[in-house]
Amino acid sequence: MSSITGHSAIDELPTSDGRPPLEADRAGTGRLGDRIFGGLATGAGLLVVALVSLVGVFLVVQAVPSLLNNNANFLTSREWVASGAEPRFGIVDLLWATIVTSVIAMLIAVPLGVAVALFITQYAPPWLTRSAATLVDLLAAVPSIVYGFWGLTVAGQYFEPFAEVVDRVLGWLPVFEYTGTPSAKSTLAFAGLILAIMILPIVTAISREVFAQVPTTHKEGALALGATKWEMIRVAVLPFGKPGIISAAMLGLGRALGETLAVTLLLSALNTSSAFSFSIFGGGETFASRIANDAGEFDSAQKTGAYIAAGLVLFILTFIVNAAARVVIERRKAFTE
Amino acid sequence: MAKRIDVKDLDIYYGDFKAVEGVSLTVEPRSVTAFIGPSGCGKSTVLRTLNRMHEVIPGGRVEGKVTLDDQDLYASSMDPVAVRRTVGMVFQRPNPFPTMSIRDNVAAGLRLNGVKNKKKLDEVVERSLKGANLWNEVKDRLDKPGAGLSGGQQQRLCIARAIAVEPQVLLMDEPCSALDPISTLAIEDLINDLKSQYTIVIVTHNMQQAARVSDQTAFFNLKATGQPGRLVEVADTQKIFSNPTQKATEDYISGRFG
Amino acid sequence: MSAVRTLDESAPPATTGVDDFGGKSTGRALTDQLARVVMWAAFVIALIPLVWILGTTVLKGGQMLLDASWWGNSQSGITARRVGGGAVHAIQGTLIQAFVTALISVPIGVLTAVYLVEYGRGRLAKTVSFMVDILTGIPSIVAALFIYAVWVVTFGFQRIGFAVCLALTMLMIPTVVRSTEEMLKLVPNELREASYALGVPKWKTIMKIVIPTSFSGIVTGVLLGLARVMGETAPLIILGPYTKVIATNLFDGLMATLPTMIYQEYSENLQPAVDRVWGAALTLILIIFLLNILGRFVGRFSKVRN
Repeated sequence: MSSITGHSAIDELPTSDGRPPLEADRAGTGRLGDRIFGGLATGAGLLVVALVSLVGVFLVVQAVPSLLNNNANFLTSREWVASGAEPRFGIVDLLWATIVTSVIAMLIAVPLGVAVALFITQYAPPWLTRSAATLVDLLAAVPSIVYGFWGLTVAGQYFEPFAEVVDRVLGWLPVFEYTGTPSAKSTLAFAGLILAIMILPIVTAISREVFAQVPTTHKEGALALGATKWEMIRVAVLPFGKPGIISAAMLGLGRALGETLAVTLLLSALNTSSAFSFSIFGGGETFASRIANDAGEFDSAQKTGAYIAAGLVLFILTFIVNAAARVVIERRKAFTE
Repeated sequence: MAKRIDVKDLDIYYGDFKAVEGVSLTVEPRSVTAFIGPSGCGKSTVLRTLNRMHEVIPGGRVEGKVTLDDQDLYASSMDPVAVRRTVGMVFQRPNPFPTMSIRDNVAAGLRLNGVKNKKKLDEVVERSLKGANLWNEVKDRLDKPGAGLSGGQQQRLCIARAIAVEPQVLLMDEPCSALDPISTLAIEDLINDLKSQYTIVIVTHNMQQAARVSDQTAFFNLKATGQPGRLVEVADTQKIFSNPTQKATEDYISGRFG
Repeated sequence: MSAVRTLDESAPPATTGVDDFGGKSTGRALTDQLARVVMWAAFVIALIPLVWILGTTVLKGGQMLLDASWWGNSQSGITARRVGGGAVHAIQGTLIQAFVTALISVPIGVLTAVYLVEYGRGRLAKTVSFMVDILTGIPSIVAALFIYAVWVVTFGFQRIGFAVCLALTMLMIPTVVRSTEEMLKLVPNELREASYALGVPKWKTIMKIVIPTSFSGIVTGVLLGLARVMGETAPLIILGPYTKVIATNLFDGLMATLPTMIYQEYSENLQPAVDRVWGAALTLILIIFLLNILGRFVGRFSKVRN
């Protein structure tokens, strides 16, 4: 009920009494009141469908002319000169930064979120259960821009030594190479870490809901076989919750991909001429941060179109991730019914 | 006030699944008819077709004829909402509206159908609660939530709510199955009182209850596993319990199956 | 087993009775303890950023909020070098935009949920539900770009407060739909049946029985959804540029909000401005927390429970 994610776990369960829900086509025949009210409700549903479709249509319509004018390959170019007579822009750098930050966020937030959810549902003493859940939910109440500012001016400095240590130990791998520019708090790795904090409440909330639904009989069955608590969790709770964890991870990923302000404040843009770097301790811009950074400069249709094209790619990315999460949920539904 | 129900060749479906087949029976006005039979034989389903509640479940439909004093309930011109006002229903579990006080629960049917006159509503509330043998217990706390009453009181509240709209027929779907023996007795007494004004059809799992309260008993059974339910036998309660025509009925009431 | 042991005299005697049950091997017990420690640690780690952020914000921004002028003045005439001024223009803007956003998205969201729970069947309902999921996942910056593409590029309108409300509405609708849907599903079918059986038409059953029964839950969902969109900054940066003065007209001119105030003062990069960033951040967090707490409090009065 305290769903902060907009995702409902109840959605995934058959109705309590096992009967199909009352949908009542003919619960109230063709009375005027019923026709009007039913029409309004259906209209609202259709409006939502139209809205999402329009997002796709409008973004495509406005992006296409700019893309046709583009002198570089949109999918493979690292350049970003959106205006002028010969615009050249591509998304490689943006895609790289977006995916790296999101993946780092996932790698941290999913295991941590699942562990916190297990803590809340299985380990926390009763007096703590409720407030623990609320506290983690409150993380979602801190606005994104505050995370960004806090990361930049307060927490970021403590990331510097960490980056240096990683560089000393693993720096021979290009992925972990840290050159000192930009400073550690402006790197993809730190942006990913901040994103992890931001999606943690999402992952936790959904995992928690699913773990709370593990049938007591499964758990008691495991305990009766002499399993320890951890073994019970491994054989009963985690397998039951697996699809829920996957969809939680997907929804978290969707959020991380599109998160804007925290990333905008933190990441330092690359010099246009710099060589491509594989390091997570490099700079860059994500789709969202590039758009937000340049929001004041949407002056020509050509330029606006280029940014809208970038937004379209982001929309498609999140669409795919969210649709995948939905498929996982649907599959689980078929399984539980 | 009370009306006579005639059911003729009634088949009941859930989508493509035929749940009940070929039911024909007559319920006389101001009498109590009990539906008995094993679980899943369709007695509740038949009951719900008598006020067109069956069709609020997706795919629910019927073939055949149900008439109330010669009015065809399933005629295309018939408004199911009007049918339900004429044929009231009490459910298995007491289900007072949780947002409403005792008074509002009883008045709900009238008020939601547009009656606003407060004096009239108060009269109806008092009359209905008296009719449901609940007045003396709740008259001092009419504005308290209905959900605060005991299970038996809640069920009588639901009966009061059902009779407040002055139906011709009262359907009861296992009204005592969630109640303790004392509350059950109170409901059974109430059914005896209500009989003088209403035509009552009651579904029950409890054969003693059927024997105690009903004038006529209908025994339903499945033809075979996976087959639709059907009406095996309907007759005076006395006859069903002492001298049934069908072997299946005898087996059931003597506890040999079911 | 014990018979063998008595025959073999060199075998050490069983030390504990537990061994007779096959015992819990030390390895398993250790793993179990380790798991317990890991879970507790995870929870503590999760709390670190929360405590840290809140602590920092209160320490650095608290002072600003104790000054009466913070709640009484705007930033009109205050340059980034100067201290002073207040946030009342931004607070007003944030509240006005949140209110109008709720005004648009609550009816649409609640009706969509009513459609999904009470009416929807078959392909259309599946499509609507799927689209709500997609809408849930739309990044705020994409919603903002979409409104920009429609409002500014296509229709040629100015960037004004109302355009921000439209973008925020897109973000709020799915949370309202999902939470309302959840609450409507919790209303027992028996109540709907009881109402139908009284001869109440379906729409009245929904309006007078189903929605009132789940009302506090719906309010909770709305408040939590509102809390979420209030902190959104991306749509504001694209659609609602900052201004230092009090402006209350959604349809004309610029309008300040707390997130854009934070963004603006942050970009000034001078100490008085940075102080104002923390002040505005604390104000925004306080408003959002208040909404959250209020939402949870209202939720306690829910008439429907699992």
